[in-house]
Amino acid sequence: MRRLLILGTAAAALLMNSAAFAETTLNALFMSQAAYSEADIKAMTAEFEKANPGIKVAMEFVPYEALHDKIVAAAGAGADGYDVVLFDVIWPAEFATRGFLKDVTDKIPADATAKIFDGAWTTVEYSGKRYGMPWILDTKYLFYNEDMLKQAGIANPPKTWAELATQAKAIKDKGIVQYPLVWSWSQAEAMICDFTTLTAANDGKFFVEGKPAFTAGGAKDALSYMKQTLDDGLTNPASREYLEEDVRRVFSNGEAAFALNWTYMNALANNPAESKVAGKVKVTSAPGVDGKSVASGVNGSMGLGIPANSPHADEAWKYISHLTNQSVQESYSKLSLPIWKASYDNPKVAEGQEGLIAAAKQSIAVMYPRPLVPAYTEVSDILQKNLHKVLLGETSVDDALTAAAQRVERIR
Amino acid sequence: MFGRRQIREKWMLLVPAMAVLGVITLAPLVNTLWLSFTDAKITAIATPVNLIGLENYVYALTDTDFQDALWRTLYFTGVSVGLEVALGIAIALLLNQEFRGRTLLRALIILPWAVPTIVNAVAWRLIYHPEYGALNSLLFQLGFISSYQSWIGSPALALNMVILADVWKNFPLVVYVALAALQTVPGDLLKAAAIEGAGPWKRFCAITLPWIAGPLLVVVVLRTIEAFRVFDIVYAMTGGGPADSTKTASFYVYQEYFNYLRSGSGASYAVLIAGISAVLILAYYAAARRQDQGGRA
Amino acid sequence: MRRKPLHSVLLYLAALAVALFTTAPLIWLALMSISAPADLTEVPLRWIPSEVDFSRYQALFDLESGAGERFLSALRNSVLVAGAATALALLLAVPAAYSFSRRRAPMVLLFAFLATIMMPPITYVLPLYTAFSGLGLLNSKVTLVIVYTAMLLPFAIWLMKANIDVLPVEVEQAAFMEGASTSFTLRVVVLPLALPAIAATAMLSFLVAWDEFFYALIFTNDLTAKTLPVAIADFAAGRVTDYGVIASVGVMATLPPALLAICFQKFIVSGLVAGSVKG
Repeated sequence: MRRLLILGTAAAALLMNSAAFAETTLNALFMSQAAYSEADIKAMTAEFEKANPGIKVAMEFVPYEALHDKIVAAAGAGADGYDVVLFDVIWPAEFATRGFLKDVTDKIPADATAKIFDGAWTTVEYSGKRYGMPWILDTKYLFYNEDMLKQAGIANPPKTWAELATQAKAIKDKGIVQYPLVWSWSQAEAMICDFTTLTAANDGKFFVEGKPAFTAGGAKDALSYMKQTLDDGLTNPASREYLEEDVRRVFSNGEAAFALNWTYMNALANNPAESKVAGKVKVTSAPGVDGKSVASGVNGSMGLGIPANSPHADEAWKYISHLTNQSVQESYSKLSLPIWKASYDNPKVAEGQEGLIAAAKQSIAVMYPRPLVPAYTEVSDILQKNLHKVLLGETSVDDALTAAAQRVERIR
Repeated sequence: MFGRRQIREKWMLLVPAMAVLGVITLAPLVNTLWLSFTDAKITAIATPVNLIGLENYVYALTDTDFQDALWRTLYFTGVSVGLEVALGIAIALLLNQEFRGRTLLRALIILPWAVPTIVNAVAWRLIYHPEYGALNSLLFQLGFISSYQSWIGSPALALNMVILADVWKNFPLVVYVALAALQTVPGDLLKAAAIEGAGPWKRFCAITLPWIAGPLLVVVVLRTIEAFRVFDIVYAMTGGGPADSTKTASFYVYQEYFNYLRSGSGASYAVLIAGISAVLILAYYAAARRQDQGGRA
Repeated sequence: MRRKPLHSVLLYLAALAVALFTTAPLIWLALMSISAPADLTEVPLRWIPSEVDFSRYQALFDLESGAGERFLSALRNSVLVAGAATALALLLAVPAAYSFSRRRAPMVLLFAFLATIMMPPITYVLPLYTAFSGLGLLNSKVTLVIVYTAMLLPFAIWLMKANIDVLPVEVEQAAFMEGASTSFTLRVVVLPLALPAIAATAMLSFLVAWDEFFYALIFTNDLTAKTLPVAIADFAAGRVTDYGVIASVGVMATLPPALLAICFQKFIVSGLVAGSVKG
């Protein structure tokens, strides 16, 4: 009997022991394009695992196009889904109203609010609550090939979109490159990002009091500008089937003088292994419009959130806190810039990318959000189709925007 | 001659398959049917699901974008299945002749069919690339085009370019069935017709084609079902663009479910697609039966 | 019968055209996979590689490299999943087909089965995801095997039924007269006769399972279960400047089914046609 008791105690001790060492495995979902590379994220995670024995992270990388689908599919599932997901700035409204993400407002330290850019906070906020931490603070910058500008006798990059067109014309006329501008204008979210940048520059609005307002004013000017650069032969017509990676390829191949793209292109277009124009690439804020703006930008940030059905919310939050930590972000600042204001004055961050940091300081301040509505995905699809029709010369600017507005009104 | 034992066995033989199909596909199918009459949404917050009758169907059928997509899908199905059959028969006729290298060619033709759809889509996307694509380069160097063209970036061409890629992958199936069927066509009949003065075209139409039509019907049905719910190749090749010109009906189901999170409405789109597909198949069989009876009379 | 020379010339021209149409895209894919990256961004293209570069294949077969690990595990998963689903589907389809063909099982049921493949597959994804998640079976090869089996079954039953229909019934009847059980008859009498049809059905099923993309995209998360089509989509969407990498993965994903198809060509053709004659 006594022996049995001892055995029992030993077994209990063993059990407790193993419970103490029980590992929590977090399932985390990331994307495989822009911003941080897979290698960067794996390195950050390894540091986290080292500092937190007992927590393992299983990372999954999917194409951006599959990110939303995966989050949606997992949302209806039980505890077997994800614990941490990367989400785009355009989804919090939808995810919050559907209850896909945990409200983490209370977990965020109060002093963080002031230390992080407002634009970054927009990424995770919906109706006064926060559904995650901003992580990738991104906007589209204007990249230019300095050599081509010099050859055309241009000393400074354009300050306005009109000036950009003039410079592009000069470069084209000198025969330096056939199509000076390249964009990501395939029928996809990437096109809406460029459209938003131009709309912001023209002081346009998407919605006013819940009603579509993009049929006139700045949004209309933005679309007209896009179409005009195609008509004038300044924009590479193949832009209409390009995504960001195609833009990078064409620009890095020396076939364009200007390109609008995310932060990550700065390091890659200047890397000789990836680019034929390495060393000639300079970056600046996307231009403004006379009398309306001095610079422009689209809020293309992304955040990290915890799905509502995750059983490991505390561990997940630890992991998110690590990834979004100021010092972690500062050590991986080549492909994506930190969310922290102070980082931009840190010489370690600026080292080797002074141009980008200077542009960032200006661009981040003017980042413009895409419509913050729960039905955003549908609004975007409608805009994509109708904008694309204009760019392809199938319909006029007015007709397309009116049709889009009517279709938006029909959303259920 | 069938006793009780056989009747019991009839079901025993079926039950395993029925169990798997019942759980994995029939149950979701019934669920989808039910959903299509509700306003169900994908959400993690408990929300009541209401029956709303035919509202989803009315919405879907009055949606001009979806109507366009249905016509587009019919075009895709008609043209790609049509081309596959025409090309398949023509190549089968060729392979039915004696010539050197015939065995090799017969073996080669199966290759496209072994290419996975996603590889096919990605490969053709590279071939159609406006700047670095092989098609532009080839046509340009041969002097057929004076400047590079946009292939899947042009609304007028994109769907046809997707069709070309789809036909390339799927024509081998038709070739093999047609070839095997051709070998059963009685040579005497053809010879007799030739003696009576019927030309090759007439002999083909009057004897060969009706003879091989039966076996081909199965392939046509199979390909029609697949073509009418086409999704993967479009998803990987064009994503529905440019300007919606390759957005097929299945894309709307995907969109309603995964992008707009309306499972009720998405289900109604799916039921409509399956329904139209079933009507197409029934029409084939009705046509085939009529021809069969006509032939016998 | 001797052909006229003109007829011969036309015949060979046509054969050449067919051969080109069939193989050109594949040859180009293979060429891309061994071209230097710079050759592939030349305008107009350089068709013959300036240097033959096998480095991408080396990377794909190197377990140490990230690409190799991803590719090899996807290859393994694809082989296992497609193979197991094919075997399982046939195991269930043959008795069911026999029941439809020889035991007058209601045809309505077969049509109900076939109806399930007319539905766009996307409708099945979410309910199945929820169900498998409840069972803790996400990101598992077993899940894919189960789903693919169900996906393959209707067509496999249909094809097998058509093939059994045309087999001579006399031998089976004789076996019955002598008191043989159904399972004995099925194994000893029917199976040998239906072997070509089984091979054809297996081949077709394997190709379909090998091909499947969307379920795999949604149901799998990492190396343990991701199949080749998903891996290819990842390769194509990820941050690759080199088209050659995508091409080499494409070539490697095509090889296994291509080899199988060429080896079993005879069976495929006979099985399909027997199935087709009877509908």
